Amino acid sequence: MVLGTSVGQTIAQKVLARAAGHDAVEPGEIVSARVDMAMSPENARLVMEAFARIGVPRVWDSARVVVLFDHRVPAPNIRTAAAHREVRAFAREQGLRHFLDAREGVCHQVMVEHGFARPGELVVGTDSHTTTYGAVGALSTGIGATEMAGVWATGELWMRVPATHMVRVDGEMPDRVGAKDLVLRYIGDVGPDGADYACVEFAGGAVSGMGVPGRMTLCNMAAEAGAKAGLVAPDRRTLAYLRGRARPPLAPVRPDADATYASRRAYDAADLEPLVAAPHAVGNVHPVSRYAGLEVHQAVLGSCTNGRFEDMRAAAEVMGDRPVAPGVRMLVVPASRRELLRAIRAGLVGRFVRAGAMVLNPGCGPCLGAHEGALAAGERAISSTSRNFRGRMGDPDSEVFLASPETVAASAVAGVIADPREA
Amino acid sequence: MPRAHVYGDDVNTDVIYPGRYSELYDPSDMAKHAMEDLDPAFRDRVRPGDIIVAGRNFGCGSSREQAVICLQRAGVSAVVATSFARIFFRNAINLGMPVVEAPGAADAFSTGDEVGLDLRAGVVRNLSRGTEVSFHPLPPFLLEILDDGGLVAHLRRRLEAGGRG
Repeated sequence: MVLGTSVGQTIAQKVLARAAGHDAVEPGEIVSARVDMAMSPENARLVMEAFARIGVPRVWDSARVVVLFDHRVPAPNIRTAAAHREVRAFAREQGLRHFLDAREGVCHQVMVEHGFARPGELVVGTDSHTTTYGAVGALSTGIGATEMAGVWATGELWMRVPATHMVRVDGEMPDRVGAKDLVLRYIGDVGPDGADYACVEFAGGAVSGMGVPGRMTLCNMAAEAGAKAGLVAPDRRTLAYLRGRARPPLAPVRPDADATYASRRAYDAADLEPLVAAPHAVGNVHPVSRYAGLEVHQAVLGSCTNGRFEDMRAAAEVMGDRPVAPGVRMLVVPASRRELLRAIRAGLVGRFVRAGAMVLNPGCGPCLGAHEGALAAGERAISSTSRNFRGRMGDPDSEVFLASPETVAASAVAGVIADPREA
Repeated sequence: MPRAHVYGDDVNTDVIYPGRYSELYDPSDMAKHAMEDLDPAFRDRVRPGDIIVAGRNFGCGSSREQAVICLQRAGVSAVVATSFARIFFRNAINLGMPVVEAPGAADAFSTGDEVGLDLRAGVVRNLSRGTEVSFHPLPPFLLEILDDGGLVAHLRRRLEAGGRG
């Protein structure tokens, strides 16, 4: 029985109410929600095992399951090759409509650019950065492999309706300062559990002025504040981006004007500056100037956080005609095949290669230290990826500084951590 | 008697189970790397039934379920923390490992203290010191999943009963 229908609802409340078949839901309420789309990368191998133990013969809807490989592609060894093979066989046997194998890129980029994540829908994925799809107004969140097996079997999962924190950003971003700096600033301010169990909604002129790629960076990194989901209310830019990607009709959901937020926080974009998250915590955020001059051995441009065409273009602009500094391995890892093609057409790949960078195939690449671009003890990376926990990119005695594509590029050519505004 | 292993805030999934081992699929192999990048002595010290006691935001980071499986296989029977990162919390329940939010517990234990946990009464006791910390018990439907031994067994039971409720 819902009496408070005059009380405004957030995006998360509206999406979960629909998914649970209720008129309205309140934060804190636990509902059983029907899932619109379910995504798994390599750990589909673990999901399959749990799914087999549940004993349901077929996934609940073969058109709502997306499986692809991105964490270790192409397979770096026999063990991973064998795991990929098992998942391929499963996908065939189940007749999964959206099995994309190893060729498309990072799952989160693919989910958005192929239109699998749609505004107003509930998406779950077996990866923590599933929060990314809030950039197109989907309520999307990361879950574990066993829970995904339950979704494959039933199409449902339990969810606690989250409260939502509002982050409003108005004003104009300074030159060579971007979405990554904004979201690092937010995480530095609220800490790694500042949004635990809750959603973060980004709004304001600086966010509506941003394209979907920048919004993806914001929603992706919301996970680093512990958020269940990052969100940007869909607008004309969202719909323009989704045209030709997402199957119509779309049912975008915007928050009510009188929606209740757990907290409100406001930033003036003009006050932002290039930032880094220093080892070994994403919340350890400082102005890049504090670490300027510190030697780097690897510069990573890529990932689901910052591996899009716009990120590569911004990095190339900062680098100009300068080569990668001696002693630095610069790795460029496009977020997807489509983004790589855009970079090729714009001549960016040639510029990176001429500068001495290594351009790798789309995928997660070095981000999680599982595949390529590992760091040795005592080495330091500057990286546009999402996490800098101890041992994340290799040896436990290596260091990762997180930064924007512009700061990664400035540091790659300088050989030391460098402010892109001075590059 | 189970003993406590005490850690601080923001223990992340990369130090509980480093990503470089994410291609291991056998739980007993995973257990060999439990807590490797935070506390390399853990795996020799831990005994079946032991409990991890920690501060805020335990299990933050990746959604990797290996972070729960490696602890479970190493012998950990429960994690008591001030708060949990949401995915770790769900993964633990789904794999049948109790997780309870008991603010204050992290200060009430030292590593090696004997610990008694009563999930339904909502109390965790430091038997070495003779003190206790109370907490709000988990909601009944989560206790039910734990009683069934995790989500897989829970769903099996529900599906066999013919219900989807």
